[in-house]
Amino acid sequence: MVTAVGLDAHMYDVVKVGDEELMGEVIKIQGENIIIQVYEDTAGIRPGEPVENTGLSLAVELGPGLLTSIYDGIQRPLEVLVDKMGNFIERGVSAPGLSHEKKWEFKPIAKAGDTVAPGEIIGEVQETNIVHKIMVPPNMKGGKIKSIQSGSYTVDETVCELEDGTAITMLQRWPVRVPRPVAEKMNPDIPLITGQRILDGLFPIAKGGTAAIPGPFGSGKTVTQQQLAKWSDAEIVVYIGCGERGNEMTEVLTEFPELEDPKSGKPLMERTVLIANTSNMPVAAREASVYTGITIAEYFRDMGYDVSLMADSTSRWAEAMREISSRLEEMPGEEGYPAYLAARLSEFYERAGLVETLSNAKGSVSVIGAVSPPGGDFSEPVTQNTLRIVKVFWALDAKLSQRRHFPAINWLNSYSLYLDTLHDWYDREVSPEWNPLRAWAMEVLQKEAELQEIVQLVGSDALPDEEQVTIEVARMIREIFLQQNAYDAVDTFCPMSKQYDMMKAIKAYADFARSAQVAGATPQQVIGIKTKNELPQIKFIKDYEPVLAKILKDMEAEFNALRAA
Amino acid sequence: MKEYRTVTQIAGPLVFVEKTEPIGYNELVNISLADGTMKRGQVLDTSDEIVVVQVFETTAGIGRDSGIRFTGETIKMPVGKEMLGRILSGGGKPIDGGPDIVPEKRLDITGAAINPYARSSPEDFIQTGISTIDGTNTLVRGQKLPIFSGSGLPHNDVALQIARQAKVPGSTEEFAVVFAAMGITREEANVFMADFEKTGALERAVVFLNLADDPAVERIITPRLALTTAEYLAFDLGYHVLVILTDMTNYCEALRQIGAAREEVPGRRGYPGYMYTDLAGIYERAGIIKGVKGSVTQIPILTMPGDDITHPIPDLTGYITEGQIVVNRDLHRKGIYPPINVLPSLSRLMNLGIGEGHTREDHKKVSDQLYAAYAEGNDLRGLVAIVGKDALSERDRMFLEFADLFEDRFVRQGLYEDRTIQETLDLGWELLATLPEEQLVRIDRELIQKYHPKYRKNVQG
Ligand SMILES: Nc1ncnc2c1ncn2[C@@H]1O[C@H](COP(=O)(O)OP(=O)(O)OP(=O)(O)O)[C@@H](O)[C@H]1O
Ligand SMILES: [Mg+2]
Repeated sequence: MVTAVGLDAHMYDVVKVGDEELMGEVIKIQGENIIIQVYEDTAGIRPGEPVENTGLSLAVELGPGLLTSIYDGIQRPLEVLVDKMGNFIERGVSAPGLSHEKKWEFKPIAKAGDTVAPGEIIGEVQETNIVHKIMVPPNMKGGKIKSIQSGSYTVDETVCELEDGTAITMLQRWPVRVPRPVAEKMNPDIPLITGQRILDGLFPIAKGGTAAIPGPFGSGKTVTQQQLAKWSDAEIVVYIGCGERGNEMTEVLTEFPELEDPKSGKPLMERTVLIANTSNMPVAAREASVYTGITIAEYFRDMGYDVSLMADSTSRWAEAMREISSRLEEMPGEEGYPAYLAARLSEFYERAGLVETLSNAKGSVSVIGAVSPPGGDFSEPVTQNTLRIVKVFWALDAKLSQRRHFPAINWLNSYSLYLDTLHDWYDREVSPEWNPLRAWAMEVLQKEAELQEIVQLVGSDALPDEEQVTIEVARMIREIFLQQNAYDAVDTFCPMSKQYDMMKAIKAYADFARSAQVAGATPQQVIGIKTKNELPQIKFIKDYEPVLAKILKDMEAEFNALRAA
Repeated sequence: MKEYRTVTQIAGPLVFVEKTEPIGYNELVNISLADGTMKRGQVLDTSDEIVVVQVFETTAGIGRDSGIRFTGETIKMPVGKEMLGRILSGGGKPIDGGPDIVPEKRLDITGAAINPYARSSPEDFIQTGISTIDGTNTLVRGQKLPIFSGSGLPHNDVALQIARQAKVPGSTEEFAVVFAAMGITREEANVFMADFEKTGALERAVVFLNLADDPAVERIITPRLALTTAEYLAFDLGYHVLVILTDMTNYCEALRQIGAAREEVPGRRGYPGYMYTDLAGIYERAGIIKGVKGSVTQIPILTMPGDDITHPIPDLTGYITEGQIVVNRDLHRKGIYPPINVLPSLSRLMNLGIGEGHTREDHKKVSDQLYAAYAEGNDLRGLVAIVGKDALSERDRMFLEFADLFEDRFVRQGLYEDRTIQETLDLGWELLATLPEEQLVRIDRELIQKYHPKYRKNVQG
């Protein structure tokens, strides 16, 4: 933090500090004193060095070139920084978010004579396999097009001129702390399909929805977020590594270009924007990283895309706020966090949503935030304030991760408030049987929890026959359906149709078991059914249908034999 | 350079000095006492008139008559090729009677962050010869994997066994070791030194010793000096470096002490609110850089106050490091060495370094299955205490026995027993074979048929 005097500045102006021109932002004005948060290390800066105000607020560059990029918290491209200053991040180097030299093939959609409004799409660029829509910036007036021409342009060159002389380029600058405008917010009613059974099956998030994934260290926040970044059926993914590990970002960088989108078959990297402000990079830029990410997400949403944004971890973001606030000697709130923590969190999640864009398309930003509570204790302020806002809660549980039950999401504490609005979609797109099947599975899991309490006191043999089988069915739901190995080539992504088939197969066993018991079979006989041991293998088989059909047929035969005996 | 004699206040390790020229943050400060001794410190805070200096040694003897010089530069570590084999103080001064280090470079000890784009993914399996690490919590080159322990537990033995046995199968290069002691006793330090000497490791080691009776504040720079040296050895000279930092708990206590002296608003349990960021500045200094030969692998050791893993020191560490190896008191009491409890232990980079082409194709699934079976058996121990063994189903009894067997055969091994990864995995299979085959739900059928002792015997017989 640096204090400047005699500087004509407004709140959140970006300034350049010292002889090295380190970038900073005005965060407090106190009479003559202008307090500046610097985005880089301030060691060795001496009083008396100059400060210059750019007069602009912290903004990102939006345009072709965003996809496949990896940025720090203030949108400096990390690849360019390696070229400019080597393998370590030194200070005092600036680099624009987008290449201003690269040329892109612009294809107009609007034509001369058309009247275009703010936010309207005037043309396209094939950026990767994704088409980048070029829009009239929302903060521009719009008007009648005088000329618009296809061709090769840099982001600075004019691609379209309006009658009143306004020049439109492919570059927009947008202040990160200001949400981009939309025509209307709508209620999300389509699930974001992630290929993760416990998420899609039990606790789905809607496209345009919000979810939090809190958990102690090592419980699976990052792996879950990376799974969503890989497999969710969003068209664009923004992944923010906020105050976390360097190697995790490297992993994404090495892995994503090799992975294919299961739908399009295209490399996953081509739809991805990464923001990496790791734990040892400056705290102020960490604070900004979340805004940088969500602004980029909104920009793609405005083109009519479904965007999903992962923020790992929002706790590190909150801690950055806390560190800055404590240096400002602001009055601390709960556990030293600033009093405005709750407000900042809700402003951030409020930028998620399914919207009608200014160009009357449908687009969405889904936000999934990891939360890292100290000591794994969910009663702390960041978790609590987040849960007040988000609609989906995926509660990670150290007890599960310790026994390598992954994803270690606790099925009793987690919830999704989208179940009702998504009900019709599952009915229509999966099967009318899905919703009852889901309800049945939840009931069995609930029941198991109650029974386990009894088992802990008296042992499982003391349970009534029927409930001994319930415990077995619950185990199957846990081990077959809920457990999913992110590192298995097949199991890492499970389509909804397979999820349905797997759950249906478990239910089939439960139904056979029930009728066998009615006919007089003992729990040991029912639990001893051999064919059910084949079911877990289904997870690891890509073309599982014939195998599953055979297992079910054999199972029926085995039960028939049991009943006949 | 101007000398000030304007000390206005001394509080704990902090000295407040009035000054007239601009002074930079983090600058190195030389303090000369009336009797001629020199002390060193660092600028923590500057305002228009006052500078707060954190003194690395005790403030005893500092007074209004002390002379304060601001050197105009941040703290630098002189590094050079002849550092291997040297023993330095926690402040970086040679204490082995040898000459001063001839510096080839003088490096800022804070260390810049490695650009994530410049990193390369760690994936070289390090065989430590310890089954609970290699088999179930694999270490890879460039990882930061701490040992979480408790006072009185044999974490030093474990660390030394790792240092002795660590190798990358197929590579003949030996690790260079950078060892940084912070606030440990002379006795503990002697154990390390004796072992290093005996095995010849000292020749490829650089040792930094800040012992229990050395100034606590010096501990703040000890790990930074060590890591600066490690980075130089790795990224300038191409060594694969293993860094052992012990005990990080003492480091954190020093951090807390400075926070208190500065009258900061304390965070959880009195530790500074910025401790996560501060620790990240240490732990993140591990890894591999694309196109550069060496690597830095970190094994920090910390003792959990009250054996409590939710205490801020292990908690914040676990949030930064790439897993943890947990040394457990109950296993130690049972007489099992190494008393590593695999359940709360974790290696997050394991998946990058195992499997076909690294260790063996069945590695991941065997590990998962061992975990699941051990966890299940371990849970049943609680139940048995209440209802007795007889109330258990046959299935439960098998898992219960598996847990005992696992601790006795897989976890337990000799202080000098160096198991290959094949031996470790085969041992895992041998134990899994005591369970009915259909209980091995974590392993695909094909692997079972290839590696399960039952089928292997068939093949051989
Ligand atoms: N779905 C999964 N399948 C298989 N393994 C998993 C899964 N989720 C988590 N794991 C295992 O758990 C480890 C820790 O997960 P992860 O790194 O996501 O934890 P985290 O909650 O992000 O921790 P931190 O807060 O410290 O960053 C992983 O390295 C992996 O071994
Ligand atoms: Mg994580």
